[in-house]
Amino acid sequence: METVVCVKHVPETAEADIVIRGDGRGIEEKDLTFDINEADNYALEEALLWKEKFGGSITVITVGSEDANMTVRMCIAKGADRAIRLDDARFAGSDSYAIARILHAALKDVPFDVVLTGIQASDDGYGQVGPILAQMLGLPHVAYVIETEIVEEGKLARVHRELEGGLHEVVEIELPAVFTIQTGINEPRYASILGIRKATKKEIDLSGLDALGLEEDEVGEAGSKIGLEKLFFPPMGERAQILEGSPQEVSAELVGLLKDKGVV
Amino acid sequence: MGDVFVLAEHRRGELREVTLEMLGKGRELAGQMGGSLKAVLLGHGVDAFSGELANQAHEILVVEDERLEDFNAELYQKVLVSLLTERKPTLTLIGHTAFGMDLAPSLAAELDLPLATDCIGFEFEGGRLLAIRERYGGKLQARVSFKGSEQYMATVRQAAFPIKELEPLGGQIVAVDSPLAEEARRKKFIEYVEAAVGDVDIAQSEVVVAVGRGIKEQENLEIVEKLARAMGGVLAGSRPVIDSGWLPPDRQVGQSGKTVKPKLYIAVGISGSSQHLAGMKGSDTIVAINKDPNAPIFNVATYGIVDDLFKVVPALTEQLSGG
Repeated sequence: METVVCVKHVPETAEADIVIRGDGRGIEEKDLTFDINEADNYALEEALLWKEKFGGSITVITVGSEDANMTVRMCIAKGADRAIRLDDARFAGSDSYAIARILHAALKDVPFDVVLTGIQASDDGYGQVGPILAQMLGLPHVAYVIETEIVEEGKLARVHRELEGGLHEVVEIELPAVFTIQTGINEPRYASILGIRKATKKEIDLSGLDALGLEEDEVGEAGSKIGLEKLFFPPMGERAQILEGSPQEVSAELVGLLKDKGVV
Repeated sequence: MGDVFVLAEHRRGELREVTLEMLGKGRELAGQMGGSLKAVLLGHGVDAFSGELANQAHEILVVEDERLEDFNAELYQKVLVSLLTERKPTLTLIGHTAFGMDLAPSLAAELDLPLATDCIGFEFEGGRLLAIRERYGGKLQARVSFKGSEQYMATVRQAAFPIKELEPLGGQIVAVDSPLAEEARRKKFIEYVEAAVGDVDIAQSEVVVAVGRGIKEQENLEIVEKLARAMGGVLAGSRPVIDSGWLPPDRQVGQSGKTVKPKLYIAVGISGSSQHLAGMKGSDTIVAINKDPNAPIFNVATYGIVDDLFKVVPALTEQLSGG
């Protein structure tokens, strides 16, 4: 079973202060920590589970700068066999379509039964790269996958898609195919110390625009269909009444307010 | 020109709300673009829906085919490629749902059209349509443009637009021949599977205490459990807590879990992704405890405490227990 996992190196912003860059089209990244996109980590784990069951190998692929080496090395430390990083100054500003085109160009020479991506990236949240890549590869895809079963290697899989309200849909799909993986599908492992040590020495295949045989106007902003005009902070709605004071003071005030409302 | 198409979403004999939300917004956009609004309905035995949609659009394009009974992205894509190529609407809206997101990206790629996903707003700037969408889990928003095309597509976030009482349009129902020549080859719908039912139904409780990513470790759940007990409520969680296996799936609040509307909802260490907010914003009173003052949860909360949950939660529990 040959699996390709597409991963993205993203800033951790859940608990961080975000500062919009001067040009309004990006954020200040210097004070942020970066890691593998959460859903991609679940996708990698699914590939690792298949490898344990069926054998074969895992190729991890990313579009990103040198900083992304950290993320792909961690994938290798966990058991991926090979890493490809696609990097070129001309890739800057690529939207989902252009990213899918770059990945597509790189996958020409990579054999696979399944390509996995996370369902979406935690930074821009488009959720499109996997299905667009499938379309470019001429392959079927399933989005929002929350359970997989390889019925016949290289031929057929049966997967659960997560719908709304706790409902699942079971779908049978011919392989090769592209799946986008939902968080919670498995329990992602931690890398071993030995794995991390081995991964630091591993060579990462690097390709740019020319090696991929792409034209300059097929990538970056020129090759994109969606343009980012401007980032801004969400308009403040009717904000919560913020209680101020020590934990004891705010607790006493809150309990008083809730008692007045008759909810405790 | 300037037509807006809205793809009707239905499942197991019911039209989904996002369809009506999109038609409400679509009517406004079609008006601004000088075109008409058309609902696109694919399915088998969906006459009841076409009637329901008739007052919401200028025209209802119905493709009746037994192969379209259950949603199948492969078949939907074939039908829509044919329909959109022939009729060339300026804008096509599809729900940002499990259904829409299995379909829209590859459909747009096949048609070579720009697609903005998870849109929460639309604006015009010098006659040019822009979409508004979130980034970084709702901490920022972005205005995006559709480049180099006369036609474009968007997926629309659920509940981003209200269902409005609008003047009935009395739209004409137009049967369109199904372009499908064969069954789905590569992707087959098998069945629906319902979520397992647990011992506690969080949707029935008057007080829900929900815990999120801010709790950090499974061992720490205990302090929130104590608070839930002191409140006389049930313990629930946001997606990251369920994904980590710290609480069972039937305790998940949000779009893919349960929708709750208790008298009191306490969000502990939950930043408030749109998917989570969709499952709890109808609660009467909402309390948010989070150390990040910019967490989106504070935009829906009644009362907010911006502090370390590991200090506030025990203090609050003691306050309730002590009296």
